Amino acid sequence: MPGLGASFGRGGATNFLEDLANSDCIVIEGSNMAECHPVGFQWVGEAKARGAKVIHIDPRFTRTSAIADLHVPLRIGTDIAFLGGLIKYVLDNELYFKDYVVAYTNAAALVNDEFVDTEDLDGLFSGFDAENNIYDETSWSYDPGEQDAATEQPAEAAEQEHEEDAPEVKASDRGQAAGSGGPPIPSKPHRDETLQHPRSVFQILKRHFARYTPEMVSEVCGIEPEVFEQVAQWVTSNSNRDRTTAWVYSVGWTQHSVGAQYIRTCSILQTLLGNIGRPGGGIMALRGHASIQGSTDVPTLFNLLPGYLPMPHADQHGTLDEYVADAAGKAGFWGNKRAYMTSLLKAWWGENATAENDFAFDYLPKINGDHSSYQTIADMIAGKVSGYFLVGENPGVGHPNSRMNRFGLANLDWLVVRDLQMIESATFWKEGPEHETGELSPDTVGTEVFFMPAATHVEKEGTFTQTQRVLQWRHKAVEPPNDARSDLWFFYHLGRILRDRLKDSPDPRDRPLLDLTWDYPVEGETQDPDAAAVLREINGFGPDGQLLNSYLQMKDDGSTSGGCWIYCGVYADGVNQAARRKPAKEQGAVASEWGWAWPLNRRMLYNRASADPEGKPWSERKAYVWWDEDAGEWTGKDVPDFERNKRPDYEPPEGAKAQDALAGTDPFVMQGDGKAWLYAPAGLVDGPLPTHYEPAESVVENAFYSQQANPTMEHIEGPWNRENPAQSEVFPFQVTTYRLTEHHTAGAMSRTLPYLSELQPEFFVEVSPELARLRGLSNGEYATLISARTAIEAKVLVTERVRPIKLRNGTVVHQIGMPYHWSYAGISTGDAANDLLGIVLDSNTHIQESKVSSCDIVPGRRPRGPELLEYVESYRRRAGVDSGRVTRNGGAPRVAPMDGQQEGS
Amino acid sequence: MTSISSVSAAFTGRDPGNRLYGPVPDVTEQSGYEPEHPKRVGFFTDTSVCIGCKACEVACKEWNTLPMDDSHGVRDALGDLSGMSYDNTGQLGANSWRHVAFIEQSRAVDLPMPSFGRPGDDRPHAHGMPAPDTGDLNSTATAQASVLNAEALSEFDPQTGQSGADKQVRWLMSSDVCKHCTHAGCLDVCPTGALFRTEFGTVVVQQDICNGCGYCVASCPYGVIDQRKDDGRVFKCTMCYDRLTDGLMPACATACPTQSIQFGDLDELQARADARLATLQDQGVETARLYGRDESDGVGGVGAFFLLLDEPEVYGLPPDPIVTTRDLPAMWKAAGKAALMMVGVAVTAIVGSRRPR
Repeated sequence: MPGLGASFGRGGATNFLEDLANSDCIVIEGSNMAECHPVGFQWVGEAKARGAKVIHIDPRFTRTSAIADLHVPLRIGTDIAFLGGLIKYVLDNELYFKDYVVAYTNAAALVNDEFVDTEDLDGLFSGFDAENNIYDETSWSYDPGEQDAATEQPAEAAEQEHEEDAPEVKASDRGQAAGSGGPPIPSKPHRDETLQHPRSVFQILKRHFARYTPEMVSEVCGIEPEVFEQVAQWVTSNSNRDRTTAWVYSVGWTQHSVGAQYIRTCSILQTLLGNIGRPGGGIMALRGHASIQGSTDVPTLFNLLPGYLPMPHADQHGTLDEYVADAAGKAGFWGNKRAYMTSLLKAWWGENATAENDFAFDYLPKINGDHSSYQTIADMIAGKVSGYFLVGENPGVGHPNSRMNRFGLANLDWLVVRDLQMIESATFWKEGPEHETGELSPDTVGTEVFFMPAATHVEKEGTFTQTQRVLQWRHKAVEPPNDARSDLWFFYHLGRILRDRLKDSPDPRDRPLLDLTWDYPVEGETQDPDAAAVLREINGFGPDGQLLNSYLQMKDDGSTSGGCWIYCGVYADGVNQAARRKPAKEQGAVASEWGWAWPLNRRMLYNRASADPEGKPWSERKAYVWWDEDAGEWTGKDVPDFERNKRPDYEPPEGAKAQDALAGTDPFVMQGDGKAWLYAPAGLVDGPLPTHYEPAESVVENAFYSQQANPTMEHIEGPWNRENPAQSEVFPFQVTTYRLTEHHTAGAMSRTLPYLSELQPEFFVEVSPELARLRGLSNGEYATLISARTAIEAKVLVTERVRPIKLRNGTVVHQIGMPYHWSYAGISTGDAANDLLGIVLDSNTHIQESKVSSCDIVPGRRPRGPELLEYVESYRRRAGVDSGRVTRNGGAPRVAPMDGQQEGS
Repeated sequence: MTSISSVSAAFTGRDPGNRLYGPVPDVTEQSGYEPEHPKRVGFFTDTSVCIGCKACEVACKEWNTLPMDDSHGVRDALGDLSGMSYDNTGQLGANSWRHVAFIEQSRAVDLPMPSFGRPGDDRPHAHGMPAPDTGDLNSTATAQASVLNAEALSEFDPQTGQSGADKQVRWLMSSDVCKHCTHAGCLDVCPTGALFRTEFGTVVVQQDICNGCGYCVASCPYGVIDQRKDDGRVFKCTMCYDRLTDGLMPACATACPTQSIQFGDLDELQARADARLATLQDQGVETARLYGRDESDGVGGVGAFFLLLDEPEVYGLPPDPIVTTRDLPAMWKAAGKAALMMVGVAVTAIVGSRRPR
């Protein structure tokens, strides 16, 4: 989550769900919290019962809107315009929390005089490279000033920053590494505490948002100015010393081609209002599955190592020294990067990682480009990928353009699928829409599929890390049936067998595998590895073999180990802290003794900011963490997210490094300057400030700038991923995808169960009565939806909860709602919504824009068999889109038009 | 061992008056339990906080091992999309003991937005005026809230919904269930004793005794109890009698994430509901009302009652349910009179016929 990471230093929700009960106003935007996070939603209910205002901002009227005080139905894809309007409102009317802003943010920082804003370049920032569609970020930096630039920066760092701008390094996505630790910056900036300097962040912000007027918001978002005013008033009147407003988002924001910047806009607003690090405030990023936060902390991403350490790059990081060079001499906790990395290497390679061999840094794989999920699918079709593991993922249904995903899988040599059910991604070779059309057939698909039944969460032990960074240990309730096994079992024994096969290999390339510490105790009949032993390894050990209590104990000399530095402390005092189960009613609302939160059991991040610069609470009502002068330490309701004994008046001495370089008034301890970033001089690849761009397949022209869409947006070109042209008359309607409470994501865990299937038995789309009239659609009957990818059919639900947006110029934007749970397998079946979508990606995160695309809709069922291909082809011709015909197994006709490394234009 | 009557108090001989109708102070004791029986329990379903997640439906089916249903009573079959908002369950039935109703309402609004001053006018220093008291803020808030959630929505006519941004939408959700009536028509008419009142004051069918006569189906004023088509026996909510006897809450209330379904002692729930209603009415939600709370209603009040935001009919609930056996004593009386009269006539006729000429 680089949006939060670049703003505050860590890419996780700043607050915790229970804390929403302390909010005076809750804005849920880009999230259907009641439907997709119903259990956490109880705290919104609690806040409402205590008198808080609840606002739901969403194109659709959902079950969340149903119990909100106000629903704001903005046009899909216009959140930056709306939030930008709020920022302007706050700045113009001086409604920001001035003491907070001056002390805790980079509002006073001065920016490089070469920086040019979108205001002056009609929607582009300075440094744009139109050939590669990427930015050179040099001009976005803080004002380097007269001194430090040269002296503070070791040669390697300078070298690295030079290489950082090479397209192939950019493609490997350095931006996303801000999960726990803000983006590295060369030095602390010069500041003007009066905020009046024209190059101060504060003044840049004012100029940047100058055109986000209520009228503009109204025009772009398609809402009444009065509604905007109402939101502005509720939010600002509930954001001050005494009151706090919380913002809640989820994938309704991330799944856009400017998704990270949506979150940045909110970060700016919440920072100006002084709502970060305070009870009832913050930005609550909701994670959609049980351990999605966990799967980025100990990542399943190609570009990250555990604890958000970036994956080393082949061109940049030949040695450990080069790898940690960007952190050398830096302020903030990133200054200890070498200790974290060395401990990780020691956890993995144990005694085989020594100072002499650079702690086995060479053993780590290095990346050399974009190996993200969707690019990998394109690489499969191009024949560059031979084998693939799918673990709890169903790309043949759950990924946008699932048709293209199935083509990818059809071009593998082998595929391992571990799942609870026989999912579509395991049966695509013999069933599915492409068999109907003749594009795939068991005779032509060469992929050998191995299906391994997986144990469910009640059939294995281990931890979940949920939406608020809390690790909760779960015990095994029952043994898994038959051949079902835990993922831990699978990977441990796979590793064991591979190592056994290679044990006599003299080949140096096998050393990384053979030198691993792979010695987990196993238990029971099935020889399941002990999950607690794995958690202890993740926690880390000290030189005496004792479990570490804190990552502050980690050393860079190889004397400590730890598999994920941010999880260090989960086994503090030798106790599985994640297994604690003390109810809140026995210990207070923060519930520090329920499970364990990273980092160091801090439930609310940046909570030093809940006190004023002198260390006193901003108000009695919102007291949370404060400085106790007598005890000489920070204290309060939570573990301070700050060095416990660092005085509020501490000033770093000349030449201080790492955390010692942060002052007693720098609450954002993971940032190089200790401040919340209103302006991000680094960390995002598409701009230091958010700018409204229309979605890739918008039916509307960008009213702000002549730059229509995000210029750095990533495209994947090929016949299986044709894009609908923007403002196309052939694809005149916007469509958005989402989940229902009754089903779970790609459906394997719900379409297969009778009790859930009967609650939503068929694939359907939601349309307004106006669109139904326009297109002759009937409630309960079939309709066909068409895009440049394919055509799918669904039942129609006509509802006034979906409404057309009427823009100032008279344009009416029709929006179609489309839940994405279905496919051909299971009890409740239907066409896959994701077949309709194309893949365009946010360049920061490689996350797809599945929340908004375009299509046509007509009554009746779609053509069957090969006729379907011609039907869709005729739409492409009319829209002026290249042919989407594919050759055997989804290959591109003639010469492959794309190459994975050069993509991105 | 207490003898438990499967028949209403009216027929037990312990009921001198008409106990088929009107308030009953202790329906459990009236049914033959010793005075130290457990307190009467019930559900208070507060629909104002229901988010329509249907966790209650699923938890109920899981615990009671009910089959999937096509929403027309055919078990183990998948139905079509109903097209009725998000409700694909349809109604309470033999296979669905909880049913979440979804009611979409919309109406045209002449934008009754509160009027606004210039941005920032309400700031203390804008005009050198004192800080606005929270009353100002709240009046604006109330005005706006009312547009969506309160009295402005009271007179909803879905037919008047218009297009465009001048339309207000409301979406009501409510989890329906067997009411466990004080005067339970189903129990009164059951000829086999399959239906009985438990020590918790709830009404339960014993599946091993039910003979499938179906009298109870017609006698329920709410249309709750239902026969399983391929089976003939009747099924309905037991308020998880098996869980209650083990000191557990019913499955639905346990699963509810928003405390829309609250389980507890009925008198406590009633007090809680009264307080909740007062709060909502203070907030201007004038359409809020309790349903089934009134002990002088047609079924003597119910064990599972509701807080609704609109007329009961909107939710598919009868506005004035009356136990179908209310008039039974009168009918028996009338029938008795008629019988007596007929006997009298007959006797007169016979006696008369013997009168010598």
